[in-house]
Amino acid sequence: MTTIKEKEQKIISDFEMFDDWMDKYNYIIELGKSIPPIKEEYKTEKYLIKGCQARVWLHADYQDGKVIYTADSDALITKGIAALLIEVLSGQPPKEIVDAGLSFIDEIGLKEHLSQTRSNGLVNMIKQMKLYALAFQKM
Amino acid sequence: MNKIEQLRKQFPILSREVNNRPLVYFDNAATTQKPEAVIERLRNYYESENSNIHRGAHFLSQMATDAYEQARKTTASFINALHPHEVVFTRGTTESINLVAHSFCKKFLKPGDEILISAMEHHSNIVPWQIACQEHQANLKVIPIDRKGELIISEYHKLLNEKTRLVAVTHVSNALGTINPVKEIIEAAHRKDIPVLVDGAQATPHMPVDVQALDCDFYCFSGHKMYGPMGIGVLYGKEKWLEQIPPYQSGGEMIKDVSFGKTTYNDLPFKFEAGTPNVAGVLGLEAAINFISETGHDTISSHETDLLQYALEGLKNFDGIRFIGTPEHRAGVISFLLGDIHPYDAGTILDKLGIAVRTGHHCVQPVLDYYNIPGTIRISFAVYNTRQEVDTFIKGLATVREMFG
Ligand SMILES: Cc1ncc(COP(=O)(O)O)c(C=O)c1O
Repeated sequence: MTTIKEKEQKIISDFEMFDDWMDKYNYIIELGKSIPPIKEEYKTEKYLIKGCQARVWLHADYQDGKVIYTADSDALITKGIAALLIEVLSGQPPKEIVDAGLSFIDEIGLKEHLSQTRSNGLVNMIKQMKLYALAFQKM
Repeated sequence: MNKIEQLRKQFPILSREVNNRPLVYFDNAATTQKPEAVIERLRNYYESENSNIHRGAHFLSQMATDAYEQARKTTASFINALHPHEVVFTRGTTESINLVAHSFCKKFLKPGDEILISAMEHHSNIVPWQIACQEHQANLKVIPIDRKGELIISEYHKLLNEKTRLVAVTHVSNALGTINPVKEIIEAAHRKDIPVLVDGAQATPHMPVDVQALDCDFYCFSGHKMYGPMGIGVLYGKEKWLEQIPPYQSGGEMIKDVSFGKTTYNDLPFKFEAGTPNVAGVLGLEAAINFISETGHDTISSHETDLLQYALEGLKNFDGIRFIGTPEHRAGVISFLLGDIHPYDAGTILDKLGIAVRTGHHCVQPVLDYYNIPGTIRISFAVYNTRQEVDTFIKGLATVREMFG
């Protein structure tokens, strides 16, 4: 199984190909469009992540010891960022997710999205993903 | 060099780059940039005048006190208040409104009474009234708006009644740009002896304000939205109201005599200025007022009107544009959506291009609910913006559409 670290590394090397921010954002936007859709029934208040300018819905399932995430957002950049996180964290065991440092965000130059004022909810997305994992870990 | 280019030179921040592009600052409704004169005033105060006011008999304290009270006079004449003591310095519009909501309502709001606001108010002109109404078992009533983003004045007249204790409306909407007919609103309320508070946060940067001509009872504004420092604002109140309503905060400075049995409140305006005030902020505000006076309201208003026209014209032909708010009379602000593109996506890409706009709900969620939209893209102008910047912005929007359209 590919570990979180390896997946982060893959994304970092993917991003090294881009020398311009526009390509990078286009990639993120495309990635957002490519992830498996969240079920419509989960696009409700209950699954909404708070504190985002755009709406983000996040759902988690627990299958065979692994956490499977799906997400959607009405903003494409936000959805793309959610997709990046899903790429890295989905399909991993809860403990690995809880412990993940996720330093790739900084390395691919998306650190600015971690700032609270951005209110795009990256911080909240990570927090929510980890909370799900934590809950599954205790199951 | 033309006049505007000369003005721009007075704003150091305008020569910086953002994301390796020259900054295009179109978020002036959130806060304007500061001219050299304002920055210099703050610096000078702390460098050579700093002292606490109204207390020490020593030289510096006297000097700071004189400067502070002179700034009050400058501010009073800026809005043409009858007396300088009708000008109370606060932290900003929010605090000014809170002061009135607290003190006025404490004295005058009774169970079953009504406070009348409008559907286009900033949260800071909604929430304090909600709280006051809860506290005093009163009811909050709302003047509706129409699709153009204008107040429905006929509804306003219907809502005014013998239970209405106060009307609180914005002079200019921060989300839609609408200039409200406040004079007419005030006249109608006064015919029924109802006082009116005007939220002038978005008006003072763009147009001359004459509180005596308006005959408003309270007028609130923020220094930082009109080229002044953050953390300083003004509550103008007619003497007769300020005399009648109780203090907001208590402590030093606002009292005349204190014993453990009884405290006598100080005269106006000190009754409302408890504690050490933001002296540097007040002096910076005065410098901002001087900047506006020297630039001239004529120059400001003709240049900003030109920018609005130019931007509206440029945007009008843009595929998929939807203006949120198309008021007859507009100041400073254009809000819009571009097809299905989320404002957040647009804002992020524009930022990458060095263009600062506001996206989101602009603290006016009821307005967005009315239009049933998640937010808007808002551009807002100050006197230092240029047509060339509008061109850069429109090009930026084309990039946004390419990426998301
Ligand atoms: C119309 C209006 N009222 C009130 C405020 C609040 O001003 P401040 O945050 O300076 O207190 C704002 C600021 O955005 C505003 O636009």
